[in-house]
Amino acid sequence: MNELDHFLEAADQPERYGAGIKAGGTPVLGYLCSYAPEEIIHAAGVHPLRLFGTLESTIQADSHLQAYCCSLARGVLESALDGTLAFLDGAVFPHTCDTIQRLSDIWRLNTHFDFFADVVHPVRLDSGFAREYLEDILQRFKCELEAWSGSKIDDAALARSIETFNAARKRLDDLYLMRSRDPDCISGSRVSSIVKASMILNRDELPGRLSRLLEEIKAGSYRTGGTDDKKRLLVAGSLCDHPDFYSMVENSGGVVVWDDLCTGSRAFDGFIDPTGDHLKAIARRYFERRPCPSKHLSNTARGEALAAMAEKHKVQGILFFLLKFCDPHAFDYPYLKEYLEAKNIPVTLIEVEDSLPPEGQLATRLETFIYTL
Amino acid sequence: MTDDGKARGIQSPPIAMDAKMKEIMTGYYIEAKTAADSGKQVAWITSGGPVEPLIAMDIIPVYPENHGAMIGASKMGGALCEQAEAMGYSGDLCSYARSDIASSVTNGGPIGGLPRPDMLVACNNICGTVMKWYEVLARYFDVPLFIFDTPMCHTDYHEESKRYVKQQVLEYVSFLEQVTGKKLDYDRMDHVGKLSLEGQRYWQAVLDTAAFRPSPLTAFDGFYHLALIVTLRGTQVAVDYYRDLLTEMKDRVAKGIGAVPNERYRLLWDNLPIWYRLKWLSNKFAAHDAALVADTYNTAWCRSLRYIEDEHFLDSMAEGYTRMYLNIGVDQMADTIIEMAEKYSVDGLVMHSNRSCKPYSFGQYDIQRMVRERLDIPCLLIESHMVDERSFSEAQTETRIDAFMELIRNRVEHERHA
Ligand code: SF4
Ligand code: SF4
Repeated sequence: MNELDHFLEAADQPERYGAGIKAGGTPVLGYLCSYAPEEIIHAAGVHPLRLFGTLESTIQADSHLQAYCCSLARGVLESALDGTLAFLDGAVFPHTCDTIQRLSDIWRLNTHFDFFADVVHPVRLDSGFAREYLEDILQRFKCELEAWSGSKIDDAALARSIETFNAARKRLDDLYLMRSRDPDCISGSRVSSIVKASMILNRDELPGRLSRLLEEIKAGSYRTGGTDDKKRLLVAGSLCDHPDFYSMVENSGGVVVWDDLCTGSRAFDGFIDPTGDHLKAIARRYFERRPCPSKHLSNTARGEALAAMAEKHKVQGILFFLLKFCDPHAFDYPYLKEYLEAKNIPVTLIEVEDSLPPEGQLATRLETFIYTL
Repeated sequence: MTDDGKARGIQSPPIAMDAKMKEIMTGYYIEAKTAADSGKQVAWITSGGPVEPLIAMDIIPVYPENHGAMIGASKMGGALCEQAEAMGYSGDLCSYARSDIASSVTNGGPIGGLPRPDMLVACNNICGTVMKWYEVLARYFDVPLFIFDTPMCHTDYHEESKRYVKQQVLEYVSFLEQVTGKKLDYDRMDHVGKLSLEGQRYWQAVLDTAAFRPSPLTAFDGFYHLALIVTLRGTQVAVDYYRDLLTEMKDRVAKGIGAVPNERYRLLWDNLPIWYRLKWLSNKFAAHDAALVADTYNTAWCRSLRYIEDEHFLDSMAEGYTRMYLNIGVDQMADTIIEMAEKYSVDGLVMHSNRSCKPYSFGQYDIQRMVRERLDIPCLLIESHMVDERSFSEAQTETRIDAFMELIRNRVEHERHA
C-alpha cells in the first residue's frame, strides 16, 4: 500500500478509522470545527477526530433539527444518533455559528458519551481582552480533560503535541505550495482527501506519512497531466466534502490551486510558537491564522486575505462554495464578490444543499464561469 | 411600534394606552430622524444590546430590529427581502437583517428608512447573525462598529466570561467617549441604570397581570407595547409609560375585562411574532376563545433583572446582558417555558419555528419534548420567516391551528367535567 492509499481510505471512511483507533486502546474525541484545540486533546493522550457527518438520509436528526439547518450539523447529529459514532468517548464543540451553538445543546441532551465540552471561543479577534479570555478558556478545557482522563497534561506533552501539529501543518502547506506551482503533480480531489484525512489519521504518524507522501508526489507517482492550459481557481467557503467537485472543475477547464475552506487551508494555516507558555501560544495561533467568517477581526479582513491569497497563487477566479443555510458565509458572499471583483478577481457562487447540484447543471455553471476568465 | 389595537382585531374594550404608545414612538422616530439638526449622534444597536451608556451620553439609540418589526407589520418585508436577495443575500438569512440591509440602501419601508448612524453597536447575546449583519452596515455606512461579545452560557456563566465581559464594558465606554469626544458622566449613568431597571420591573409587572383570568392583555398586545422597553429603556418616559400601563391593566383585572371576550383557553407563545400576521393570528385564536397569555419574547427584556443591581448598574450589567434568554442552553430555555406555563396556567404551547432565527428555533423540537414530558400539554408548531410574508402559508397554518384548538378543547372540557 502506498502512502496515498492510507489517506484516501481514512478520508473515505473516517468512522471506521476512528473505531480502529479506539479498538487499539486510545480514547477518541470527536470535534466540530477547526477552532477545536486539537493539540490539547492530543497531549492528553486522546485521539482528536474531526466529525464530517453523513450525507445519507438523516431520519433521526430530522426530529431534532428543522429543515432549514445546514447539512453538516444535521449529518453529524445523525451519525451520533444512529450509532455510527458509538465508538466515540465524547465530543468537543468550539463556538462558531448559531447552528453549531444549538447543535451543542442538542448533542449534550440527546447523546450519552462519556465526555462533553463546549469551548466558547471569543468572537472578537480584534481585542487583547479576547486573547486573555481565550487563554482562560483553553485552561478550563485542559482542566476538564484532565478531570475526565484522571491524569495531568504536562508541559512536555503539550510541547510534543505542538511540535507534531506544527510539523503536520507545515507539510500540508508544502503540499499546497507544491501543487500551486505544479497543479499536475496530483489531482485536486486527492489533495482535498489528504487534508481531510489529516484530521482523521493518527497524529503521531501524520508528519512522517505526509513526508513520505510528498516524496511520492515529487517522484511523479500521481501526476495527472493536462492542466497546463487550465484556469487557476481558488475555492472559498465553509467546507467541501465532495472530492468529485474538483474533478468536475478540472473537466470544465479549471484547476483548483488553493482554497479558503475550514476543511482545507484554514485548518492548517498558522504556526504555534513552541517556546514559552504553551496555552498562550496555542491561543495566539487562533488570532493569527486566517479568520473564519464567524469571527470578527475587522470589517474587511476576509476580503483582504482572499485577495492576498489570489495574488500569491496567481488565481484567475474564485468559486464561492456555499453550503445552503450557512449564515456566516452567506452574509460574507455579496461583499466578497464586490470587493474581489473590484480587484479584478471574478467570483461565482456555487450553492450546495447536501449533495452537489446535478452534474449537468454544475458543469454548465463552471464552464460558463471559466470561459469568461 | 407595529400597529394599533384596531389592527390587532381586538373586540374587547381597547387598551387606552395604545394611543399613548403611538404618540411616543412617533415622537421618538421624529427625534431620531432629525438628530442631525439637533446636533445629536445616532447609534444603531441590537435589541439585546447594552443601551444605557448611550442614553447616559445623549446618543440616540436606533434599533434596526424594531424597524424590522414595523416593516413586517406594514407587509413591506417581502419586497425588501427580495431586494436584498437581488443584492446577493441568501433568502435563508434572517429577514430582519435582509429587510434592514435593503432599506439602508433604498430608504424603503414605512418611515422612509432609518436615520444614518454615526456608530454601530452589536451585541451577540441574541445571535451571531447580528455580528455579520452589522459588519455589512459598517462597510456600507463607513462608521465605527463596536462588537460587545457575550460568550454563550450553555450551562454556566463562568468566571472567565465574567472577566471578559466586564473588561468590554469599560472598552465600550471608551469607544463611546472616543466617537462622541465627550466623557461619560458616571452619576448620570447610575441614574439611567436605575431608570432602566425600574422600567423593566414595571414591564414585567404588566406581563404578570396576564396570570389573572381573564387575562387583561395577550402576547399580541405585548408585542405592541414592547417597543418602549426595547427602544427607550433607561428613560423616564419608559418608566412613566409602563407605570400607567400597569395601572390600566390592574383596572381591567379589577373590572374583569379580558383581552379575549370569552377567554376559555390559555396558550403560551414561543419565538418572535409573525409581524405581518398579528391581526390574523390574534383573531384566529380569539375565535377559538383562546388567549395567548404568555410568551418568551416579551419577557426576554426583563430577564436581566435577576442579575443587575440597582446601585451598581454598570458593574453588574455584564452578567445581565450575558445571561439573556437566547444566550443560554436549550434545557434552560425549556425550564423557563415550563415555569411560565405553570405561572400563567396555560393549556397549550404554540411554537413559531422561525426560519429567520436559528438560535431561537433550533432546539424547539427538544423543548417541545421536554414540555410534553413534564406538563403533558399539546404543542403546535407554525413555520415562517417573521417579516418575509412570502414564506407564510395561511391555509396550512389555519388548518393546523383549528386541529390544535380542537385537541385543546377536548382535553380542557373533559378535565373541567371530570
Ligand atoms: S459555519 Fe456554516 S456550514 Fe459550518 S456548521 Fe455553521 S452553518 Fe453549518
Ligand atoms: S431574529 Fe434571530 S437571527 Fe435575526 S437578529 Fe434577531 S436573534 Fe438574530
